[in-house]
Amino acid sequence: MHSVFNPHSPQGRAVATLWWAMLGVGGAVWIAVIALMLIALLRRRRSAEPATAGVEPPSARRAFVGWIAVAGVILAGFLVYDFVLDRSLGGRASPELTIVVTGHQWWWEIEYEDSIPSQCLVTANEIHVPAGQLVRYKLRAADVIHSFWAPTLAGKRDLIPGYEASVSFRADTAGIYRGQCAEFCGLQHAQMAFYIVAQSPADFAAWRAATSAPSPPPTDSLASYGKSVFMSSGCALCHTIAGTDAWGTVGPTLSHVASRSTLAAGTLPNTRPNLMAWIANPAAIKPGTHMPAALLSGEELRGVVAYLETLR
Amino acid sequence: MTIDTEALDREAVALDAVWRDSPGVWGWLTAVNHKTIARRYIVTAFLMFIAGGIQAAIMRAQLARPESSIVGPDRYNQLFTSHGTTMMFLFAVPMMTAMGLYFVPLMIGARTVAFPRLNAFGYWTYVVGVVFMYVSVFANMAPDAGWFAYVPLSGPAYSPGHRVDVWAQVVTFTEIAGLVAAVNVIVTTFKLRAPGMSLNRVPLFVWAQLVVAFMIVFAMPLVATGSTLMLAADRAVNTQWFNPAEGGDALLWQHVFWFFGHPEVYIIFLPALGFVTPIVEAFSGRPVFGYTAIVLANITTAFFSFGLWVHHMFATPIPEVGASLFTAASMLIAIPSGVQIFCWIATMWMGRPRLTVAMLFVLGFIFTFVNGGITGVMLASVAFDRQAHDTFFVVAHLHYVLLGGGVLPLFGAFYFWFPKLTGRLLSEPLGKWHFWLFVIGVNVTFFPMHVLGLNGMPRRVYTYASDTGWGPLNLVASIGAVVIAVSVVVFLVNVVRSSRWGAIAGDNPWNAAGLEWSTGSPPPSYSFIHTPRVSGRHPLWETKEALPVVTGLSDRERQVLVTMTFDAVPDYRHTMPSASIWPLYLALCMGVVFIGSIFSPYFVLLGIAISFIGLAGWGWSGTGPRKGERVALPNGAVRSV
Repeated sequence: MHSVFNPHSPQGRAVATLWWAMLGVGGAVWIAVIALMLIALLRRRRSAEPATAGVEPPSARRAFVGWIAVAGVILAGFLVYDFVLDRSLGGRASPELTIVVTGHQWWWEIEYEDSIPSQCLVTANEIHVPAGQLVRYKLRAADVIHSFWAPTLAGKRDLIPGYEASVSFRADTAGIYRGQCAEFCGLQHAQMAFYIVAQSPADFAAWRAATSAPSPPPTDSLASYGKSVFMSSGCALCHTIAGTDAWGTVGPTLSHVASRSTLAAGTLPNTRPNLMAWIANPAAIKPGTHMPAALLSGEELRGVVAYLETLR
Repeated sequence: MTIDTEALDREAVALDAVWRDSPGVWGWLTAVNHKTIARRYIVTAFLMFIAGGIQAAIMRAQLARPESSIVGPDRYNQLFTSHGTTMMFLFAVPMMTAMGLYFVPLMIGARTVAFPRLNAFGYWTYVVGVVFMYVSVFANMAPDAGWFAYVPLSGPAYSPGHRVDVWAQVVTFTEIAGLVAAVNVIVTTFKLRAPGMSLNRVPLFVWAQLVVAFMIVFAMPLVATGSTLMLAADRAVNTQWFNPAEGGDALLWQHVFWFFGHPEVYIIFLPALGFVTPIVEAFSGRPVFGYTAIVLANITTAFFSFGLWVHHMFATPIPEVGASLFTAASMLIAIPSGVQIFCWIATMWMGRPRLTVAMLFVLGFIFTFVNGGITGVMLASVAFDRQAHDTFFVVAHLHYVLLGGGVLPLFGAFYFWFPKLTGRLLSEPLGKWHFWLFVIGVNVTFFPMHVLGLNGMPRRVYTYASDTGWGPLNLVASIGAVVIAVSVVVFLVNVVRSSRWGAIAGDNPWNAAGLEWSTGSPPPSYSFIHTPRVSGRHPLWETKEALPVVTGLSDRERQVLVTMTFDAVPDYRHTMPSASIWPLYLALCMGVVFIGSIFSPYFVLLGIAISFIGLAGWGWSGTGPRKGERVALPNGAVRSV
């Protein structure tokens, strides 16, 4: 499960340790308070014991001072722990890779920064990273506030229009780590997931090289027909496919879309029937989505799907 | 001392003629007696609790299973926004202030609140807000951007239509109602206390209400400004406060909202602590331990509560040092709450506890609230908060503190003071069912949410995939919600049955110490036939015979004794205004201003213009008897003017 209890990064582990420490101390405090309350109710009372006002017994006053002192010490301990821990998570080390994450209603735009413009790869919803390397995520929002959160790897940061935030963390080992938007962002806040795919540095380099090049043009006739439909029917107004005339930037890039494991920001597994259903009527699957239903005939739809499946 | 009962009866008749509300529909609309207004307030606010609860139940039904489709995202967003808005603005704050408006005068020996007409105006304004909100809910126009309405999502670009406008103006109605209630509580407490009730003898219930009233005065103008002058103006007349493209700032809203929003939590919580103290005293049979400590704890909590709003914003780009200061403040505020809990446990320890239902609710409050307080301390940690923020962990935390720290004491207060309000006791056996079902329901519903949040489930999601593994715990939470619903039904049955057939309570069924127990149950319209004279913190325990009283107030007009702020030395007699229709009229003018402004800014001008008629009428219709109102003559007879 993609849980805070199951960390896969140094940052995640540090916070999980903090959590268990606070749970231990906090749980002990809770038990102590409830126990005192029960003793206060049930303890044996001497019948002669007066129940009147006046000067309170010194023992009660001492207990009162002790209570505040214990609370103060515990809180001061937590405060120092948090202060030190938060500084250590601050990400002062320089990252080996910088990725710009831009939140959109309701998908994630992923851009790999590089000093060489041709290496500035743009993709969506799946973030490939090299395992064991520190990655800095620059966070921006295109429309409303979103929040970038992969529970197994690090705490969340908000993406706020007009601000740029950042968070740095490394994934220990290769694996797929699920994340999800954590700030309410409108109708489809619930279906705005992303995946961080950590790979060995060699695999990552191979992925990056393959994904930076355009997919080859389709060869079979259905896919070629689908490409012409894609370019002429409005799909290209919103979506980019590298190496073609489709340069739209409203929706996520579809370059290499067939290599992604899910559709519509983690909403559906990327299979042919799902892709077809999604294109035919996105609002049926993700009510409120900004993607309009494509007014395509059955043949055109099959063609577009065949074309998209060539974009490996 | 012999008491001339015949003279007393005559005086009672005369006073009742002066103080009671007129009969009939007109009398109902013009009523200004604080007990009448507060009773309506309590009933309306409890209806809102039920409405918000129904919304919660629908949400729990939707979330009980993954990928369910009982409601879609559009309806779900309206549900959670309405639930939050209803529970915070239309239930919790009005309920807590209403309890104050009923009991503060009774506890300090006053016949009325300081501004009875303003009190009625506040109630009617609140009612206009309630009606507006629920017309919108049924018109599919309920707010859907969250009870916090973060921009830009709530701004004109991403929330077209009028749903967010409804939110902004409902908030404004309740802020106005809250502010006038606060002013009323402050002046009532400072100027209308019975002679001898110096500030260090003021009941802790009243202290809590007083501190909260000051918090309201400082916190609520800001959110009213933010929602009306900034957010609504951005939406209605194209101001650009929050639009980064035009130099506005999206984060500014969060500061404005939470600077109010965090004190808001304590505005709900502190009055609840005020309920707990008298219950613990009455059922431990001794004065509370640490009166001064509790007063200081209330005041410190109020101060700190204004210094920790940024802990709602730890995931935003804020400076690290700033964040640490807010961590420190957020942890520190646990101490005053801990002080109060210590004082109650110590009181039980040294007293002789009786486990009535009211007392059970206090124990349930400690059991539940301490859990919420501890998760609150955890959330003060920046590093941990960034994991837990905006997840179900926070949903769990906030319900533990608000249901635990607010609603459980409130139910305790209902069992404790119901006999005072109605003259009849609530059934204890039914009350025990209510208590156990409620406490178990709350814990079964909200405890699993801690785990869900840390397992990655964000808040405000209308659905989730089954492979997330969140299904089983969500089902448990939904089962708990059913238990809560059953417990509230048991309570309602208890209220209906007991108000008809409950045991007659008498003046002081619990042998409690406060002045409110020295008068009838329910209290007569004039509350006290003579103003009591106080010489300690627990008047009914300290005086073995009848309470000493002060005489000399007129029984021919609504006269009260004004005393000095600190020592409650009698100062002068003051005549209170009579019943009036103008508070209702002015509240409706507010409706024209705020509801109309959604559709056209010119309604603001219209509403202000017609308000002047109301203000003039209010001012002209003075304190004298109104035509048709009955006045008492010196000989004790009553005649109509």
